[in-house]
Amino acid sequence: MVTVLVPAALRGEVAGESQLTITAAGTLRAVLDEMAEHWPRLTRRLRDEQGALRRYVNVYVDGEDCRHVGGLDAPVGENAEVQVIPSVAGG
Amino acid sequence: MTVLLAIGTGKGLFLATSEDGRASWQVSGPHFPMTGVYSVAIDTRRSTPRLLAGVTSSHFGPSVATSDDLGATWQEPAEAPLAFPADAGVSLERVWQLAPGPADEPDVVYAGTQPSALFRSVDRGVHYELVRPLWDHPHRKQWEAGFGGQAIHTVLPHPTDPARILVAMSTGGVYATDDAGATWHPQNTGIRAYFLPDEWPEFGQCVHKVARDAANPEQLYAQNHHGVYRSGDGGVTWESIADGLPSDFGFPMVAHPRRGGTIFTFPLTADGERFPVGRRCRVFRSTDAGQTWESASRGLPTGPFHPAVLRDAMCVDDGTPAGVYFGTRSGEVYASPDEGDSWSLVAAHLPDVLCVRAAQV
Repeated sequence: MVTVLVPAALRGEVAGESQLTITAAGTLRAVLDEMAEHWPRLTRRLRDEQGALRRYVNVYVDGEDCRHVGGLDAPVGENAEVQVIPSVAGG
Repeated sequence: MTVLLAIGTGKGLFLATSEDGRASWQVSGPHFPMTGVYSVAIDTRRSTPRLLAGVTSSHFGPSVATSDDLGATWQEPAEAPLAFPADAGVSLERVWQLAPGPADEPDVVYAGTQPSALFRSVDRGVHYELVRPLWDHPHRKQWEAGFGGQAIHTVLPHPTDPARILVAMSTGGVYATDDAGATWHPQNTGIRAYFLPDEWPEFGQCVHKVARDAANPEQLYAQNHHGVYRSGDGGVTWESIADGLPSDFGFPMVAHPRRGGTIFTFPLTADGERFPVGRRCRVFRSTDAGQTWESASRGLPTGPFHPAVLRDAMCVDDGTPAGVYFGTRSGEVYASPDEGDSWSLVAAHLPDVLCVRAAQV
């Protein structure tokens, strides 16, 4: 099982939950695809309609910035922790 | 009668209401804090008014939310309300315009977006579909981005002929359809594009805003990136009406809700000097379709004034007499309950005002 940590700003999309449990693993793309099936409004906050991760959304897989380890193809182990963190942006 | 004034800002939506003939206002918000609200609409075609807000989070992207209780609660569908199809190869960046369709199509709402595209909803603005023929127009690859991005910022459905829609974009200019969106043609004859080698191109103009005359739907008014124009033939040809203005630069253009020939704008000095002319806060009004203009600014600040008014940050309501409103990039909002004869402050110290819309509800 993969654990996804949801930032406070997005918990309204998942009934206030701070973490989700996902059965898919293998890649970050697979995890996000499964999330989209259950929580489409949460997931469209993270990815645009072409599937790309939004510019100011950072996702860490076991503490590694996914953009440094393959982006959406970043490997995600069966017991991995995926953490979503809005980046520092805005005025 | 309650008048609702929706104020979209760089950090959320504020709602002002007046119960006393627009003499005083109660302001609530921000709704959608920390999002840019670039478009808002108050759709009064059904008995229950619907508010629509085009919100963009710098983190979590764009969306459209609706409210059927005057902003007390807001709804968004699970799936994205607007999305480009996969083969378009682009993603929605911002919703610049939400425009209710004609009265005979009370469930139709149009959205103008960045990148430049038109979307159509048939469920009162909850879900939208891309108007594909305009997206596939052969000119599209030559439409350029201005500082604000490349966007369709103006959508003007014809009030009595649902097959006719006019859009305007920066840059690209004015395009129109006469066959419900199946084909689109540029309508920029007479509008100058001084920033191009050919100053009178078929398309490529930087039209800032277009308004439709309330009494004669074939008459249109455009504030251009330098240049103020009127068309008497549905936008096919345009002629200058800038002579009586202190400057031909600015962003908004607003038409009176009922009386033909009455229009409002807020001139800025020039492209390279985007301050109010003479550093004075002045609305200009014409009651003869732009042949002559007058300052309609009683009650507005008289000291040095520097903020600009953006293209959608000026509007009218549907009251009698009509109310006129504008908001500034420094977060002040002013209202006139008497068609521009006098003005008073609605709110100050808001974030930068991006758009305003008002209606009796």
